Amino acid sequence: MCHEHLITSKQLSRADIEQVLDRAAEIAADPDAVAGRHVGTLLGLLFFEPSTRTKMSFETAMKRLGGDVVDMGSIESSSVTKGESLADTVRVIEGYADALVLRHPKQGSATMASEFVDVPLVNAGDGAGHHPTQTLLDLYTIRESAGLDDLTIGIMGDLKYGRTVHSLAYALTNFDAQQHFISPESLRLPREVVYDLHQEGASVREHDGLEAVLPSLDVLYVTRIQRERFPDENEYQQVAGEYQIDAADLEAANDDLTVMHPLPRVDEIAPDVDETSHAAYFEQAHNGVPVRMALLDLLIGGSQ
Amino acid sequence: MSADHELRVSKIRNGTVIDHVHGGQALNVLTILGIDGSEGEEVSVGINVPSDRLARKDIVKVEGRELSQDEVDVLSLIAPDATINIVREYDVVEKHRVERPAVVDGVLSCPNPNCITTDSEPVTSTFDVLDDGVRCAYCETIVREDIADLIDG
Ligand SMILES: [Zn+2]
Repeated sequence: MCHEHLITSKQLSRADIEQVLDRAAEIAADPDAVAGRHVGTLLGLLFFEPSTRTKMSFETAMKRLGGDVVDMGSIESSSVTKGESLADTVRVIEGYADALVLRHPKQGSATMASEFVDVPLVNAGDGAGHHPTQTLLDLYTIRESAGLDDLTIGIMGDLKYGRTVHSLAYALTNFDAQQHFISPESLRLPREVVYDLHQEGASVREHDGLEAVLPSLDVLYVTRIQRERFPDENEYQQVAGEYQIDAADLEAANDDLTVMHPLPRVDEIAPDVDETSHAAYFEQAHNGVPVRMALLDLLIGGSQ
Repeated sequence: MSADHELRVSKIRNGTVIDHVHGGQALNVLTILGIDGSEGEEVSVGINVPSDRLARKDIVKVEGRELSQDEVDVLSLIAPDATINIVREYDVVEKHRVERPAVVDGVLSCPNPNCITTDSEPVTSTFDVLDDGVRCAYCETIVREDIADLIDG
């Protein structure tokens, strides 16, 4: 990869994506081959909002490469509560670590932070902005199960606030993918995202319900509809049920349909789907480790 | 345009005349240029003056100051049809239209309260200029209307 930092999936070309996924596949096939590759490398974890899963996944990836991690502890006990700017924090931690991973509640935080550091910086989520490493592990999972070309994908749930959805949609514009977006009216894709997708010449269709498109899908990517997005509980109850799937619903689907979810799920995918051949969400979560190992290896460089 | 209309705003000796500003935008033009008279500049403003090209236009005359190309480019965001006349010894020595820049730095504030540039970080706001608006280079919010409201006052 020719990039110094990974901030958004928009910056990734098809060649970049394939390089990371190919490397991840090599690592998944033979993890021992890279076990000591980055002994002595320290990864700085800067998590300004809680995210146990993503943080542990990066931590595991770095340790499996032979390196280690340093983090800033809980937000409450850090200098952030004393009013230190993000720009100052990253400049200080840059002196301790060989690469940084940043999760921050503000949009654009990773872009800004990357302007202040010389070590590689990976965006692990900037508010409603981007989450490119989630996208890479999603793409890895899709490639393993359905392939990335001639793909028909349905993306269903909260498309408005879901940064994983936006990141994935951008990345898929590099491939021959038909994208169907399924959501309640109030949670449609932001117009800015649709604007960008059209600029990229992507095939984008929006739907209120799943039935009509389900049989044509190779992949169904489900995200959670958050109760707190709705001003009124009744309104939530009305829409939520329509965007939940169970094993019986999937009888109308292609036998090879892959069901994905960035997790954690609540009730949008019923537990009986777990037992079907469609379920790929746990495997998807596990893929985060080889994909992040591949990414860190490429960003930090293979000099050791 | 008759001489009568022209007289509504006095002639300047040396400086810049910004003509064909859309009606009601003259004060925003001054804000975007950072001109508030506190430096002793002599500024004349005509608001909603009758015009041949625009039904009503604003006109701004700044004595003793020639605008830079950067300043003129930024003006294009709120005054896309403006003409810039550089005046020396009462004569117009240069006349040109504004051109839209690719990027504007440090002029507009992002309207997204969740954007990192709205925190007290040492960062200059940067907007990419689109065909039909501007877009924050940090949070990617697109603004199409009321761009003048984003001008740092
Ligand atoms: Zn912004």
